[in-house]
Amino acid sequence: MSNFPFLSVLTVAPLVGALVVAFLPRRRPDLAKQVAFGWSLLVLALSVVMWVAFQADGDRLQFRESYPWIPTWDVNFTFAVDGIALVMLMLIAVLVPLVILASWHDADASKRSVPAYFALLLVLESTMIGVFAAADVFLFYVFFEVMLVPMYFLIGSYGGHQRQYAAVKFFLYSLVGGLFMLAAVIGLWVVGGKTFDWQTLTQVDISTGTERWLFLGFFLAFAIKAPFFPFHTWLPDAGRAAPAGAAALLVGVLDKVGTFGILRYCLPLFPEASKWFAPWALALGLIGILYAALLAVGQSDLKRLVSYTSIAHFGFIGVGIFAFTTQAGTGAVLYMLNHGLATGLLFLVVGMLIARRGSSLISDFGGAGKLVPLLAGVLFFAGLASLALPGTAPFVSEFLVLIGTFTVNKPVAVIATLGIILAAAYVLWMVQRTTQGTLNPELTEVKAMHRDLTLREKAVVAPLIALILLLGFYPKPVTDVINPAVQATMQDVGKTDPAPEVGSVQEAAK
Amino acid sequence: MTELKLPSIDYPAIAPILIMLGVALLGVLVEAFVPRRRRHLVQLTLSLLAVLAALVMVVLNADARLVTAGGALAVDGPTLFLQGTILVLAAMSLLLIGERSVERGGAFVAQAAVTAESADDRQQAEGRNGATEVYPLTSFAIGGMLIFVAANDLLTMFIALEVFSLPLYLLCALARRRRLLSQEAAMKYFLLGAYASAFFLFGVALVYGFTAGIPGRSAGVDFATVHAAVSESPASDVLLYAGMALIAIGLLFKAAAAPFHVWTPDVYQGAPTPVTGFMAACTKVAAFGALLRVFHVAFDRAAWDFTPVLGVVAVLTMLVGAVLAVTQTDIKRLLAYSSIANAGYLLVGVLAPTGAGVSGTMFYLAAYGFSVLAAFAVVTLVRDADGEATHLSRWAGLGRRSPFYAGVFTFILLAFAGIPLTSGFMSKFAVFGPALESGHAWLVVAGVLTSMVLAFPYLRVVVMMWLSEPGESTPTVAVPGGLTATALMIGVAATLILGVVPAPLLDLATDAAAFVR
Repeated sequence: MSNFPFLSVLTVAPLVGALVVAFLPRRRPDLAKQVAFGWSLLVLALSVVMWVAFQADGDRLQFRESYPWIPTWDVNFTFAVDGIALVMLMLIAVLVPLVILASWHDADASKRSVPAYFALLLVLESTMIGVFAAADVFLFYVFFEVMLVPMYFLIGSYGGHQRQYAAVKFFLYSLVGGLFMLAAVIGLWVVGGKTFDWQTLTQVDISTGTERWLFLGFFLAFAIKAPFFPFHTWLPDAGRAAPAGAAALLVGVLDKVGTFGILRYCLPLFPEASKWFAPWALALGLIGILYAALLAVGQSDLKRLVSYTSIAHFGFIGVGIFAFTTQAGTGAVLYMLNHGLATGLLFLVVGMLIARRGSSLISDFGGAGKLVPLLAGVLFFAGLASLALPGTAPFVSEFLVLIGTFTVNKPVAVIATLGIILAAAYVLWMVQRTTQGTLNPELTEVKAMHRDLTLREKAVVAPLIALILLLGFYPKPVTDVINPAVQATMQDVGKTDPAPEVGSVQEAAK
Repeated sequence: MTELKLPSIDYPAIAPILIMLGVALLGVLVEAFVPRRRRHLVQLTLSLLAVLAALVMVVLNADARLVTAGGALAVDGPTLFLQGTILVLAAMSLLLIGERSVERGGAFVAQAAVTAESADDRQQAEGRNGATEVYPLTSFAIGGMLIFVAANDLLTMFIALEVFSLPLYLLCALARRRRLLSQEAAMKYFLLGAYASAFFLFGVALVYGFTAGIPGRSAGVDFATVHAAVSESPASDVLLYAGMALIAIGLLFKAAAAPFHVWTPDVYQGAPTPVTGFMAACTKVAAFGALLRVFHVAFDRAAWDFTPVLGVVAVLTMLVGAVLAVTQTDIKRLLAYSSIANAGYLLVGVLAPTGAGVSGTMFYLAAYGFSVLAAFAVVTLVRDADGEATHLSRWAGLGRRSPFYAGVFTFILLAFAGIPLTSGFMSKFAVFGPALESGHAWLVVAGVLTSMVLAFPYLRVVVMMWLSEPGESTPTVAVPGGLTATALMIGVAATLILGVVPAPLLDLATDAAAFVR
């Protein structure tokens, strides 16, 4: 079964689905929705088969396929996944059907074509899978850039308030990062002996100066994508303007390309430069955790608030990556998955609230729990998962990041822990101001606010809640897959975990 | 008295040039003898057939690597690749030029001599058939370009320059509407072009002087002699540097590189749009073909001297094109500044002193030509009662009015912005790769930075078309006639295909990258 070309099929399948959906008649939007949903379920089924076929203790990169593309430059369609990429592929496969289900009526209100909305979602899925499955630097870059186009139109055509501004800002920020990376990609190609093959490039020795420049080129693109402080300003705008489903994919998956890129490209390809820049990256991560959390506390818009919480979470992921221990690294990767689930859920639930109220301002809510108790409960749960309450999946990852960092760098770990307190502040305040307390009389006048979760919405949130709880209590199936890949990455950087004895801790911190 | 010895001429090798010039002459006769109502069809068919025949000859010559006509013409890989490119793009331009169903009578004025804005002028604008002289003029221009990229000495190059420039000056003045703008464009182009030609000629004279006195060789301006003179001539280097600079000015003017670019926006705006497309695609190929040959064949040993200067020109060109594109409000001027910026990227490829640099530049030229012609084809379609609606504000909401053409234009703009899976991305890679390899990292960084700036105006047009609501003044998109539709489809298809499977054309360019001297 492992000979089956999983990755190319997974990349192409949503694209074919998108074409089918795009050519469905505009007058039959329901058909388009059903086809898109069915298609994404097929992709999910195939991904599950691939997950089963993946051998956690096998080679680092599995399901490798390679087909020539541009021989003159030695560009190939090379696909291969390690444990990290596999986890991300699963996240995409799980999230997209749920997002399609959650966005069932999102495009109806706009004057735009409804089939086109779902076709764009499937195109987005295809490019997202491609970006995680690529094992050729050129191919990765192609997906990295093309990914912008469907997201641009999702925000720009179907978004809410200030969608044009947000779409253009999103596109330009990402494009700027991408172009820096392009220069670095070409540079890597020249110094790497004119090849784009990831495995070959990891073996190349690069002079210190060049390595640092190339690292910066890649890192800048990923830091904008992730986004890390101070390149984060596009995310709150994009997150606020995007339709809730697209926003869930934006912060849940698209932004993970940044942190994934650091793990897959920056660390193994430029190990020395990664170590040299690590203190700076840690500092950016820490600032992100605290600064974004503080800003989140002060937000008056629900979607902007959720966007800022994810910037804070990305700070945690960044710290986990640049701590250079297996524990912290595994925690970071696990966090990428759990954040996708938790924030994805939070965005979708917030989207449901906003769709009912017709406004995303927190002050327009208040006591909503009395009208829609179930929805309020799910919001509370999603919030708790977001603040990493023990028993929910994000707790495991946050804890792993913190103890993994603590063994090598106590001050960083201690400062990062402050982020947990702030997380409690922004989540609980948000929940209190929207669903608790006295009922806002204006709310009762909105008819839609009297309708609690529908069956469709229950079908959206149930799998996510189940997964968050499951991975909160029993993360082993996932960590087993992640661990070898993270260990291999740390070996690329040349960092070994500190021996578990007292006294050697300071040494390894260097 | 010694007998005059005639140089041997390899006729098959120069057949494409002979066909184009021969048919251009024939076109003049057609003007004289064929009845007016049949001329359009006859002329269009004739010039298209000539281009196709010339293209067939280029393909048949594919393996030719020789110098012929007494050393005046070199038929080698780059010559054939560029001639082929010019001919394919010229065929597309001819389709646009020949279109008569989008606007009654076509895009060209019926009688150029009619005073602009007079009653006669208004009458002709209403739909009298356009002048058919444009076809022989275009054929002459194509023939001149074919010589230009094959010229193996500076004098032949100068004559070719004039042969293709003069018809272009005239063509610019022949717009059916906005005649004053069109005539102004032609005047500007002619005056500045005349200066540029004079610079070029003066440069040739200085270089001729420089080549005098090499042991065992007589003075001359053929590239082999110039190449030898660069390292062996006893003459002062000042002659070489001054001559090289003046020749470069002449060529950079045609290539629309800063600071010799000032004519571009006015001429692009004023000229009839099919002619603008023709200039943006074919003239660019011809000019960069000549630049490649001059700096890779004749002056290659002086690379240390000219690279920094031309590098600065390239950076300046990219900057001027990108920054000024941001401020444009007219789609044709925007495309003009974008073409200036692209000239900068092309110069980056020219400056890489390797075969990969040559092939990358040639690939870029072909890819850009297809995209830019498709872009201008769309511009010819967006119109209201007064002709083309080129002001950007008029394009608001176009995506709602005609999603197909707005989609096509968006795709082309994404190609200009260098998004992957379009030819624009592949061609940027094709020139930046060799540049970085030759140690010109600063040019690549400049290219990347200006690409960011340039993305903004493109994106603004996309936003305008898709994310704005259509207003009262949003023009309709005319249904294109078969000719425009064909040209548009070829351009878009090429932009997509070269972005997804660039390997065949890249291999062709790589195989054709070696010059003969």
